[in-house]
Amino acid sequence: MSEMSRIVRTMTAIMFPFAMIYGLYVIAHGHLTPGGGFQGGAVVASACAMLLVAYGSKWVEEKIKEKNLSLLESVGAIGFIAIAFFGLFFGVAFFHNFLVGSDLLFGMVPAVGSTGANINTGGVLPLMNFAVGLKVIAGLFAIVLVMAYATTSFKEGKS
Amino acid sequence: MNQRTIAASVFFIIVAIFFILAAWSMRPFGAPDQSAMDDYIIQNTQEEAGANNGVTSVVFDYRGFDTLGEATILFTAVAGVIMILRREKHE
Repeated sequence: MSEMSRIVRTMTAIMFPFAMIYGLYVIAHGHLTPGGGFQGGAVVASACAMLLVAYGSKWVEEKIKEKNLSLLESVGAIGFIAIAFFGLFFGVAFFHNFLVGSDLLFGMVPAVGSTGANINTGGVLPLMNFAVGLKVIAGLFAIVLVMAYATTSFKEGKS
Repeated sequence: MNQRTIAASVFFIIVAIFFILAAWSMRPFGAPDQSAMDDYIIQNTQEEAGANNGVTSVVFDYRGFDTLGEATILFTAVAGVIMILRREKHE
């Protein structure tokens, strides 16, 4: 996939930080506002796909390799399962929310009813959102990147 | 009009009738048939899961195994795509 015109590249450079910030916000506030790890990860992966379409796969290939993305995805998956196992070790069962009610990070319990948003709540839910978000970002971007590489090498007749 | 067009039209009308009947027989919005589980989750999710977002608390806490399966599906999809479209070193 070759790069597009200068207009598209400039607009992508302007739009990319906003899309990135929005996706990371959706992941980080997954336990407070609509959205979560999957949705925010899809937004961030869309921003990266926009970058890939505008700047071409050669430019992206110099920045990041799909091997590293695959590694990141595995880290996210292992983190998700590790948090679930922490529920078994420190709590009572697999996927038990052991951080709720403790004094640790994300341990506060909100008042029942329509209360204001407090980011220090949710127990293991924000951690799981981060793990799943990392997994979805790396996974979807790896899929798009590998497909772009495949079309590039096919068009140029390399392999 | 050939036979293909007639068959496609008949099939389309039958499917459309099914969809319209299904839309008519839906329950009104916000009034489920069995609401015991919904009420439990709405009442208790802020105490038990500690999150204001009920959907996230269901997805990651009450139904964690479902999310584990979804993550596994995503991992399998990525592994399959990378395995099919990987670059082989010929040169």
